[in-house]
Amino acid sequence: MADITLPSVRSPGNLRQLAIYLARDKLALCAALFLIVLLVCVLFGPLLVGDLAGKLGLRQRNLAPFSLEQGFLYVLGADTLGRPILARLIVGAQNTLGIAAAAVFFSMATGGMLGLIAGYSERWYSHLILRLADVIMSFPSLLLALIVLYTLGPSIINLVIVLAITRMPIFIRTARAEVLELRERMFVSAARSMGASSGRILFRHIAPLVLPTLGTIAAIDFATVILAESSLSFLGLGIQPPDFTWGAMVANGRGYLASAWWIAFWPGLAILLTTLSLNILASWARTVADPLQRWRLQSLRKASR
Amino acid sequence: MMLGYIGRRAYHSIISLVGLLTLVFFLTRLTGDPSALYLPLDSSLEAREAFARLNGLDQPIYVQFLQYLQNLLSLDFGQSLRRNRSAIDVALEAFPATLKLAFVAMALATTLAITVGALAAARPRSIFDRVAGLVSLAGASTPDFWIAIVGILVLAVGLGVLPTSGTGTGWHWIMPIAVLMLRPFGLLVQVVRGTMISALASPYIKTAHAKGMKRHKIIFGHALRNSLLPVITVAGDLATGLINGAVVVETIFGWPGIGKLMIDSIIQRDFAVVQSTILVTAIAIFIVNIAIDLLYVMLDPRIRY
Repeated sequence: MADITLPSVRSPGNLRQLAIYLARDKLALCAALFLIVLLVCVLFGPLLVGDLAGKLGLRQRNLAPFSLEQGFLYVLGADTLGRPILARLIVGAQNTLGIAAAAVFFSMATGGMLGLIAGYSERWYSHLILRLADVIMSFPSLLLALIVLYTLGPSIINLVIVLAITRMPIFIRTARAEVLELRERMFVSAARSMGASSGRILFRHIAPLVLPTLGTIAAIDFATVILAESSLSFLGLGIQPPDFTWGAMVANGRGYLASAWWIAFWPGLAILLTTLSLNILASWARTVADPLQRWRLQSLRKASR
Repeated sequence: MMLGYIGRRAYHSIISLVGLLTLVFFLTRLTGDPSALYLPLDSSLEAREAFARLNGLDQPIYVQFLQYLQNLLSLDFGQSLRRNRSAIDVALEAFPATLKLAFVAMALATTLAITVGALAAARPRSIFDRVAGLVSLAGASTPDFWIAIVGILVLAVGLGVLPTSGTGTGWHWIMPIAVLMLRPFGLLVQVVRGTMISALASPYIKTAHAKGMKRHKIIFGHALRNSLLPVITVAGDLATGLINGAVVVETIFGWPGIGKLMIDSIIQRDFAVVQSTILVTAIAIFIVNIAIDLLYVMLDPRIRY
């Protein structure tokens, strides 16, 4: 499947076709636009409103939302220290998405690598890798992360490592399953008969074929990791002040629910909209990639009938 | 044959469990010295040493570990430092509260998801299908801690119809269960819908139609039974993840279950309780997995172990 879809993304004609498919599905279009706006926030947010997000304002403490008197940044209200929530959401996007992206990347890199090795070789370390994946999978990830973070101390780097470790098994298993099938193919025997070393076969010939599948899983996993990071930060063992993510912002507002609901409400809504957009886009991509379902996006009249 | 299979599964699970307990043993020991938490700040060096000797903390860590393993074999799980009772008793006492919560949430989520998913698959692209699709995606994307807070805000603080936290009356159950079942429900609806659509496209459904069978009989009697296997697999995986949700839900709603106990004892450095809760959870997860394998055999007579 991956072999078919990958070249179609590269050629410019098909890119236009994809845009047409996207325009046909209004929900997916909204999701894509939201994610683009978010990406702009991640890239330029700290530059534009970085100072304002940390600016304390005694007069704006617990300022209610939906008033434009203090400027548009205060439209979602202000927190207990009088910092504008909209500005903090924009700045927090960078940490929230950055940590999740880094965790998914490391998870894919190490998990994929271990999976390649476990699939290709039959030595003792292959079994060790698989048992390791079993141990990680057999236990609720959040608890494992809590114990590790409490031990190592919460910091951004530890947070990324822990999130990466808890998501690793799925990459190990998928990579291994793919390699088990690929290593019996003709081109591997050909490479071996020409004297290529195991490392060369694995990383030059097999790895490029496994990568698209791992990439797909990584994209789907991204939303899950965002949720996991928010839960950890909400429980207080994730990111530590002065750094913050949306999850930590919800935790900050938890104590003021009765008096200032907006402090906890908006960051949670931001998390929901982000993960929802990612999931909507993933489900749209599945429809596009599935030849049995693609017709729904190809012809609008048929679909509406 | 079945017993041999269960034996093999148990053997693999025990290896994973020992691996996990080893990991947790050394990790919790790294979190710091409990005597710093359990003795007054100004206690003398002699008092600290006496405390350490009393609890076996003065030994080298590998001696402590060997002692721990030896005690495990004689079913001695250590004493809770905080409560001065058998740690496994503390864990087993908290477990039923979580089990009840998880069981009700999972049962409700599965029944609802199967009904909604099957009805959505019966008429793809209908209004019901679209709404169900969006609701299920939203359910899978919602941060559970946030929806719990919003629930408290609206139903407890705002309308005052439900209690904010604690246990007791049936009203206390509504919010924790609703929050806990949201994510499993969302994910399961998508799985049910997907497998049902492919099941409804198979030839035996055409035959049933040709025989003049009632539509709801075809959907619920024929197609559903054949598409339940993947649903059960996913439901089993979600049962492990449910403990993640339980930690968050129990913390927010003050539910006296094993998730809350685990977080509290990690923070209190009550090592024996942490290890006992992990043991209890891991065994529960093992039993769930075995039960799912047995369900497979009941649903599909072709499967043999």
